[in-house]
Amino acid sequence: MNATAHAPGAALASRSVVRRVFSTDHKVIGLQYFFLALAAVTFGIVLSLLMRFHLVWPAAHLPFISGGVMTPEQYLALVTMHGTFMVFFVLTTAPQGAFGNFFLPIQIGAADMAFPRLNMLSFWLTFASFLCMISAFFVPGGAPISGWTAYPPLSGVGDVSGPGEGIGQTLWLVSILIFCFASLLGSINFISTTIEMRAPGMTLLRMPLTVWAWFVTSILSLLAFSVLLAAGILLVLDRSAGTSFFLPAGLVFSGELESRNGGSPLLWQHLFWFFGHPEVYIAILPGMGVASHILSNFSRKPVFGYRTMAFAMCAIGFLGLLIWGHHMFVSGMNPYSGLTFSMLTLAIAVPSAVKTFNWLGTLWGGKIQFHSPMLFALGFVSFFITGGLSGIFLAQPAIDTTLHATYYVVAHFHLVMGVAAIFGIFAATYYWFPKMFGRCMNERLSKLHFWFTFAGAYCIFMPMHFIGIAGGIRRYADWTGPAYLAGLQPLHRFITIAAFITAAAQLLFFYNFFRSLKAGASAALNPWSATTLEWTVSSPPPHDNFAGRFPSVYRGPYEYSVPGAAQDFLPQNLPDEQAGVGAVSQESPHA
Amino acid sequence: MRIELETVSERRFRSPLRGSAAPAVLLALLLILLVAATVYVFAAHLFPPPPPITSAALLVDHQYNLTLCAAGAAFVLAQLGLACAVFLFRDRGQRARFTRGSTWMEIAWTSVTLCVFLGLGIAGNRVWAAIEIAPSAGDTIQVEVTESQFVYTFRYPGPDGKFGRLEAGLVSPATGNPLGLDPNDPNGKDDIVTPSLTVPVNRPIELLIRSQDVVHNFYVRELRLQQDAVPGMVIPMRFTPDRIGQYEIVCTQLCGLGHYHMHSLLEVVSDSDYNAFLKREAAAQ
Repeated sequence: MNATAHAPGAALASRSVVRRVFSTDHKVIGLQYFFLALAAVTFGIVLSLLMRFHLVWPAAHLPFISGGVMTPEQYLALVTMHGTFMVFFVLTTAPQGAFGNFFLPIQIGAADMAFPRLNMLSFWLTFASFLCMISAFFVPGGAPISGWTAYPPLSGVGDVSGPGEGIGQTLWLVSILIFCFASLLGSINFISTTIEMRAPGMTLLRMPLTVWAWFVTSILSLLAFSVLLAAGILLVLDRSAGTSFFLPAGLVFSGELESRNGGSPLLWQHLFWFFGHPEVYIAILPGMGVASHILSNFSRKPVFGYRTMAFAMCAIGFLGLLIWGHHMFVSGMNPYSGLTFSMLTLAIAVPSAVKTFNWLGTLWGGKIQFHSPMLFALGFVSFFITGGLSGIFLAQPAIDTTLHATYYVVAHFHLVMGVAAIFGIFAATYYWFPKMFGRCMNERLSKLHFWFTFAGAYCIFMPMHFIGIAGGIRRYADWTGPAYLAGLQPLHRFITIAAFITAAAQLLFFYNFFRSLKAGASAALNPWSATTLEWTVSSPPPHDNFAGRFPSVYRGPYEYSVPGAAQDFLPQNLPDEQAGVGAVSQESPHA
Repeated sequence: MRIELETVSERRFRSPLRGSAAPAVLLALLLILLVAATVYVFAAHLFPPPPPITSAALLVDHQYNLTLCAAGAAFVLAQLGLACAVFLFRDRGQRARFTRGSTWMEIAWTSVTLCVFLGLGIAGNRVWAAIEIAPSAGDTIQVEVTESQFVYTFRYPGPDGKFGRLEAGLVSPATGNPLGLDPNDPNGKDDIVTPSLTVPVNRPIELLIRSQDVVHNFYVRELRLQQDAVPGMVIPMRFTPDRIGQYEIVCTQLCGLGHYHMHSLLEVVSDSDYNAFLKREAAAQ
């Protein structure tokens, strides 16, 4: 009796929970991506701390490690999974999946993404992929040891090549395939939304640079992930169906000859890096957009050279597809192709440098307000400069031939695609938190978090350059092999200590974030006096973003300190007669 | 349509932070500290690589130093420029200088960076061509390098100058045939197999690098050279060492759980020591 009496209410409640969890609202999906990335980054950081600890105190007992003392294969499993979590589930999902999803439709004045159900499917596939990836830890043999690049034959022949290369590597590959598929669906959605769903007046050259960044990133995702998907399927076939796409004849493991013939390990490297290099830009382009957006907002100045900035992102996207070969200078590929890839790689440094000049130009003459999002955006610029410039060395095969696979490379890509991208994510989080959750984060804790993270990240990654120049090799489980490596131990100790302090400082962020969700001061509509459309709707925005009053757009996205205007910012949806500066508001970036 | 420009509560939200010089000064100081520390460590050569032992490696070092000057100058100027901007233009109640950009400046810095980066690229490619694309010298000593999990095995062709045939199916480290030498091939009878690499000084060497199982690498810091060993391929690597000594060979390509222990030794010896080495090893086969 009771059961039947309660049934309708319970069913209703569970249906509403289901509706909220399996939501097609781009804002809910954006938050789901955000929390997925938060979980993944926590895993990634814990794995890196275990590695850093092991490198300095190899005999110590560690938590989460079966057997207590880490074995070389466990170390390599951590290397693989740290890279995988960070690259796929943090640097791909947070900037694009989380913030792109949440803010792209609002910033262009749309009610939702073009394909809301597809959007939901993208997220849940990504989530399934994440669970599949984690499960690789718990199977016999453990997680794979072939790194996030999974070069065959190591990754292609099963567990004869090492522990973790059996079922663990298979799960890794299946997870990546699901992830690729989800990313393809997501990128189609982003592209369609940007092209089709813009509000009246939102011309391409009135789009915020964040939207430009997400748009270019989606095109890169579409082209890059489809190639990884194909390559991944071929590798699965090599592993499970006995094919030989990547496996040549004559492979011998433990005295046993493999019956393969005709494949090429270099084919995988080409296909993988055709994805892998654009992936760097998939991670960093949204950060560039966010940094431009925030630097303009808190300098109270238009973005310097808006049109150049948008064009530079397109140039970076285009060139980014042509330079994968710089990962393969020492791979045995024809040395002549090294010449080409080298010049194209140096060419991509030009739009990157131009962006940096324009960021400095945006700051110059401004009225800079040091709110926490601004500090992180400034940090982004600093790390992008440092990490970008070390790339000038690695872009030259003649220098790469000595720095390749050393800690110099580790320093380079962590600074430019890890730390800079994560500073972009932090900047976005602090900037949009009031809009996403309707509450403010504690500014004092946010700033403290910035100072520790900024100084800490430099203390971790700058010394890695010196280890690399001295010949310190990456992906080594300890320093008991080649004799000269022992001499680099003091630098490693310094890095490990810095890593622990910096990681501890992230607790400030987590505390601040979750406490502000519950107890933060309620946020105003437009706390940063910003111009773009997301600041014209309530915090958090209503279900259709604009409560039925869809905006028209009258001007570019960065109209700050316009001479003659009553306010030092002119919202994009403010009609000219209300702005009081009819003459100035004509669209003309170089007026 | 009515749009509220700024509410009273928003103004209150921003006002306590306006004009605060502390973050500007602190950030500028941290950036200056970063620049000073980096310049010091590079200029003082605190963690130098070992001296090079080939003239090609000297070219690499020269190109590295050239790039270090260009990138170092850009690093110093950009980071200090950032420090200046945040310090000079911190909010002191002034009005921001309105500008949307400058076409002339865009053209100027695009062309300058283009020239600098492509110039470096051309110089770098000349070095690369000198190392990798130059025709092999006549009087070359060939040594085959076979890499497998997690050992290096070197093979000299012996007095006949010809390597014997290898057969993957015959590979058997346990029975003393780690390379799978075909016992029926007369060219292989005098082949010399060793666990480390010995070469004479001032003679052009050509290594033929191959792998039996996964992708490995051959890296010697003093040569400033590394080369992946890829199964299914034989990849040449050429150098002419000009300094007698012992140098470590390490694997830089993730090759499995023993990756960190995969290393060997390059010994550069005098001509007479090299001949003695060949004689000794031939007797020991």
